[in-house]
Amino acid sequence: MNLKLKALTKSIWVFHFAASPCNNCDIEILDLLTPRHDVERFGIQLVGSIRHADVLLVTGVPNSKTGPKLKEVFAQAPKPCFVVAVGACALGGCTFRGSYNVKGTVDDWIPVNAYVPGCPPKPEAMIAGIVKLLNSLKEKK
Amino acid sequence: MTDTIKEIKKSLGKKILNTQEHSEKRIYFDIDKKDIVEVAKFLFKEMGLRFSTATGVDTPRGLEILYHFADDKEGRLINIRVLLEDKKKPEIDSIAKFMKAAEWIEREIWELLGVNFLGHPDLRHLLLIDDWPKDDFPLRHDHEHDHEHNKKEEHK
Amino acid sequence: MSHKVVIPIGPYHPLQEEPEFFRLYVEGEKVVDIDIVIGYVHRGIEQLSETKHFDQVAFLVERICGICSTSHPFAYVNAIDDLTKVEVPQRALYIRTIIAELERIHSHLLWLGLAGHFIGYNTVWMWSWKYREPVLDIFELISGNRNHYAMMKPGGVRRDIKEEDIPRIKKCVDDLVPILNMFKGAVMDDPVIQARTKGVGVLTKQQAIAYSAVGPTARASGVKIDVRKDHPYGAYNFLDWNIITQEDGDVFAKLIVRVLEMYESIKIIRQCLDKMPKGPIDANLKDIPEGEGIGHIEAPRGECFHYIRSDGTNRPIRHKIRAPSYMNVASNKVSAVGGTISDAAITLAAVDPCYCCTERVAVFNKGSDKKILNGWDLIKLSQEKTEKLRKEIFNK
Repeated sequence: MNLKLKALTKSIWVFHFAASPCNNCDIEILDLLTPRHDVERFGIQLVGSIRHADVLLVTGVPNSKTGPKLKEVFAQAPKPCFVVAVGACALGGCTFRGSYNVKGTVDDWIPVNAYVPGCPPKPEAMIAGIVKLLNSLKEKK
Repeated sequence: MTDTIKEIKKSLGKKILNTQEHSEKRIYFDIDKKDIVEVAKFLFKEMGLRFSTATGVDTPRGLEILYHFADDKEGRLINIRVLLEDKKKPEIDSIAKFMKAAEWIEREIWELLGVNFLGHPDLRHLLLIDDWPKDDFPLRHDHEHDHEHNKKEEHK
Repeated sequence: MSHKVVIPIGPYHPLQEEPEFFRLYVEGEKVVDIDIVIGYVHRGIEQLSETKHFDQVAFLVERICGICSTSHPFAYVNAIDDLTKVEVPQRALYIRTIIAELERIHSHLLWLGLAGHFIGYNTVWMWSWKYREPVLDIFELISGNRNHYAMMKPGGVRRDIKEEDIPRIKKCVDDLVPILNMFKGAVMDDPVIQARTKGVGVLTKQQAIAYSAVGPTARASGVKIDVRKDHPYGAYNFLDWNIITQEDGDVFAKLIVRVLEMYESIKIIRQCLDKMPKGPIDANLKDIPEGEGIGHIEAPRGECFHYIRSDGTNRPIRHKIRAPSYMNVASNKVSAVGGTISDAAITLAAVDPCYCCTERVAVFNKGSDKKILNGWDLIKLSQEKTEKLRKEIFNK
């Protein structure tokens, strides 16, 4: 594992991108920061700019307005930047599949490293997803 | 029949083409499209009803627009139904000129159903992207719905 | 001499929720005009609904919004009940009411936390989200999911509330009362919060009526409307509770309305649990006849409106949905104008839109240099103002 990755896995900073979700995943993501789960104890922090982020959390289905923005945001991210798709809509469109304004799923627009299913995933599931992502990075070396 | 309904019927008189009482709380009035401004002004300004929203419906007879007004004093919904028979070029006077609450919903019906609101202060896209194809109205029943992936881009 | 400067806010707010885009026109510190661009979360649900059958639509509309995930299905089932004129069993009406009121509590707590964060009181944020968790636990107990409860069904509800769960629900709402008292003391009597929110973002009664604002936004401006009282549905007709109104129309009034409404919700839930009759929970609705139906309910943010038209098949041919924020967000146009930029964050958040904003704040100065700030800066600006006020007040 190179130094960059090693440092990254110690404390990951997360940028959250809502690509036309129903809000629920987003609220559960915020819920992670609040006292019951408090992921900041593990060094995980939500940041205000993609330029500071190691991980991009994407929720919802990209539509004709947010899809291009999603690509733009990912292009601005310093690499390596890992993408986690959160929730059933980000994975496969969920109940919104087939709508005239929905343009594919997240992995049609940007490469995705980890998927967290659920509608919405419980906060514990999200933590498990992030941990799995970190473990896979450590195994890579 | 209660006072509000009586008063509406008295004041609007012949403008009401048809009345349909689905239940005590849900009343539908059919009117002609040229009377919409006058009727909406009367209901909103003089009767003091709250404008709830408007619904555009694509029917075989033409495009229907329903204006929903809520009477909060008597717990009733008064719905004004307008039929636009010409589907090629549907047009109706805008009520957003004097009712700010109707500004967004008219923009929405314009972009999703293609109804032109004459005299609307600011008729542009609300929900869809600005370069959405013209003459492509998602809520019309003859709209082609298999849009998914048609704008899919390769990321590799 | 003043330059008119444009500040775009959005569409991506680093913190939270749906994207939305505001263009603030400012002269110096003062906001002179505002343009609101929405549509970033447009998923075409009205059209999708026409492709699903009536039972599936309840799940679809649940996914319109995660915070009001029972309000939309509730309005939808009301529309179906109006269309079919079915008699819904009493117990189902009470269960629907309990779920809707629990949701109001969790939604208002959520807003309170975010509002606290926007003005730089992160403690308020952490507290209110911490005390929101027990409410979510109750949802999990009743429905099996923390959000998206899937309780509503045309003609009834999907799950019963078990007798043995009732003491736990009662204990949960009882425990909320001292917490709310604490909040009322800590938040509403705080001189800094008062200084930040009183007289800020005023929406007058006339403006509220002109924009047809609904819910707490309208009630804070002295418009006494509440769908639960004016157009009774569910079990609200059999219960005793009050409409909370305030006269000032500023952010502080909206805060008070929401905090006091939570007490009313607790009152309603307690009565429901006591009065709830035994019996069936579903009317076993089979066919939906041809016709049209309208259902509207008081969601945490205001009136939520659903219109359904059926042609006798198993799918709706038109389903119109109007969420409360649709009316309230538009009223930002008047309430944010005239304020300062540092007040903009809290003013725009005060209507409790499914709030969403800033990716970047770019300050365009006519003809001259262009400065790009990010979304935190707007919140930071707001938080700095609180800090300044706090020092002023406590150094006196």
